[in-house]
Amino acid sequence: MPRSVKKGPFISVKLLKKVQELNEKNQKKIIKTWSRSTTISPEFVGHTIAVHNGNKMIPVYISENMVGHKLGEFAPTRIFRGHPGTKAEKASKK
Amino acid sequence: MARIAGVDLPKNKKAYIGLTYIYGIGQTTALEILEKAQVDPNVKISELNESDVAKIRSIMTAELKVEGALRSEVQQNIKRLMDIGCYRGLRHRRGLPVRGQRTRTNSRTRKGKRRTVAGKKKAPTKK
Repeated sequence: MPRSVKKGPFISVKLLKKVQELNEKNQKKIIKTWSRSTTISPEFVGHTIAVHNGNKMIPVYISENMVGHKLGEFAPTRIFRGHPGTKAEKASKK
Repeated sequence: MARIAGVDLPKNKKAYIGLTYIYGIGQTTALEILEKAQVDPNVKISELNESDVAKIRSIMTAELKVEGALRSEVQQNIKRLMDIGCYRGLRHRRGLPVRGQRTRTNSRTRKGKRRTVAGKKKAPTKK
């Protein structure tokens, strides 16, 4: 179920403040954040935001059609390196 | 014989069922269209006269996106997800379920036919 429209999208207040500061100064700086649940708002476009994935900060360059998604969607938390044995099987067959 | 949006409609079906042969129209939409066109939904397609068909056609071109246009819109939406590199886009790329379903078992619709992975010690019967 989506969030109530009355409340508006969730945006971490601290992050929004930092972005607005950069916008006023016309600066581009990488902002670190742990707030994966923040919705990307139009102010963020053009900035690079480093989003935490539980292990590292992943730099995400925000483009226009990312607006409305959440920051966390761009910093995957799992790595899939294939199943064990899949490679070995191929090697043994050939 | 009625031809709407590039699709031949089956003659022997009722109008509201026949319309669902068009991609993008289900029973609900079909009934809505027929009500607007003031056509009885239970009349057979073959019994529709030209003015009925024309009315249906004009309503559809005015209000709905069907067939090719709809298919390409869906494809574009998926492509957008893939291009921005978000989680849903990654799932589309890999051909895995997008909406958080389990993949340990099931999800065969997305993954396609089973590919057995060798290397498991038990159950060596599979060739």
